[in-house]
Amino acid sequence: MATDAATGTGLKFDPMGQFLVKPLFGGDMVNWYTPTNVTLWMVIAILGITAMLVLGTSRRAVIPTRSQSIGELAYGFVYKMVEDVTGKDGLRYFPYIMTLFMFVLFSNFLGLVPMAFTTTSHIAVTGVLALAVFLTVTILGFVKNGPAFLGMFWVTSAPLALRPVLALIEVISYFVRPVSHSIRLAGNMTAGHAVVKVFAAFAGLVALSPLAILGVVAMYGLEILVCFIQAYVFTILTCVYLKDALHPHH
Amino acid sequence: MEGDIAEMGKFIGAGISALGMGLAALGVGNVAGNFLAGALRNPSAAAGQTATLFIGIAFAEALGIFSFLVALLLMFAV
Amino acid sequence: MATEATGAASGPGMPQLDFSTFGNQIFWLLITLVVIYFILSRIALPRIGAVLAERQGTITNDIAAAENLRAKAIEAEAAYNKALADARLEANRIIAEAKADIQADLDKAIAKADAQIAAKAAEGEKAIAEIRATALENVTEVAKDTAKEIVAAMGGKADARSVTAAVNARMKG
Repeated sequence: MATDAATGTGLKFDPMGQFLVKPLFGGDMVNWYTPTNVTLWMVIAILGITAMLVLGTSRRAVIPTRSQSIGELAYGFVYKMVEDVTGKDGLRYFPYIMTLFMFVLFSNFLGLVPMAFTTTSHIAVTGVLALAVFLTVTILGFVKNGPAFLGMFWVTSAPLALRPVLALIEVISYFVRPVSHSIRLAGNMTAGHAVVKVFAAFAGLVALSPLAILGVVAMYGLEILVCFIQAYVFTILTCVYLKDALHPHH
Repeated sequence: MEGDIAEMGKFIGAGISALGMGLAALGVGNVAGNFLAGALRNPSAAAGQTATLFIGIAFAEALGIFSFLVALLLMFAV
Repeated sequence: MATEATGAASGPGMPQLDFSTFGNQIFWLLITLVVIYFILSRIALPRIGAVLAERQGTITNDIAAAENLRAKAIEAEAAYNKALADARLEANRIIAEAKADIQADLDKAIAKADAQIAAKAAEGEKAIAEIRATALENVTEVAKDTAKEIVAAMGGKADARSVTAAVNARMKG
């Protein structure tokens, strides 16, 4: 393994150690109720969201202060996204989508804090988020459209002979959605943080350390971009799926 | 030589699956480049299509992330 | 394995695939999501929505007020223009009136002056005529006297009546 080969030079590659789930107050057992670093960083995310959207807007000024503008910016950004992608009737689900967006955004960005734990890098977390979206959208689709929701898989614009094949592909791609939805986010976060860690490990070599620091800085810049884009992509895909459930024939 | 043939296989497999990330990069570049070409031809329509651009990039990138995942699994989990 | 080297987990190398922590993560995730959802849907989003709506309303009102003021300004300008035109008309009228008055006064004064001149001229003529008449009489007297004297000097004896007749005849002729 890499570590074994590198021990002689003092390099320690441990890109995955940062993703370990550890109990906060000692002990080794991780039961379902144990407060762990997951808990800590999720609570920090809640506090961050509260600070941004509740405390920042507490003055309710018509002419916004800086903190209030940031909150309004986030609100307007997601609101416009939901309205543009799903249409007016999708706005009922705006709080739900806003919750997802704010949670993913804050988890991603908090993960960039040195020594932090990235909750969204775990497939368990993103998987639950994606499954929640998938189940919501599927149930909503059947509640709103009834059996007509299945018409989404039957492409009437295609020639009749092709339709069963297309239907199969459509069904498969529909069920792959939560997989790609969750792995995209977790994979991006894991990859970025692991790469930063690998670059940082190179700093153990004096000759390579300037390059390593440069690499860390460059990756960090890219990660800031990726953190936002992944939150955006997760949210907009949620909106797209929601649109499919509300208007399956477009 | 340390390690065994299975270890070697894991590393080779991880390296090969890392190629997939580069191919996904080609795909992402293709999406972004075509978007830019179209946007320069018709700048007025570009603003409304940025969401589509990001969705396309996300789908292209997801496959690269899958190959990265395969590499990670080979390195750490197999 | 790398993780074994750090002596961290006894599970698989990737912490993401350590299923023993899944329950823990999912549990805390669900709590977090519910908390965020309630914070957002009960406090944050209605508040921001209200602020944005209020701002929109204020902006709309302000725009309406501005529109109102603009209409008023246009109205005021029209009124001003109308007043200006009216004033100009009035001024023209007053000027014309004044001109007519002056003309009338002038005419009257001229007529009066003409009349006075005519009266003066008549008086003058009368005076001249009188003077002429007196002059004629005087001439007749002188002529009579002269004729009498001449006749007397000639050695004749002229009676007054014939001399007068002769002089009158001469004067007429």
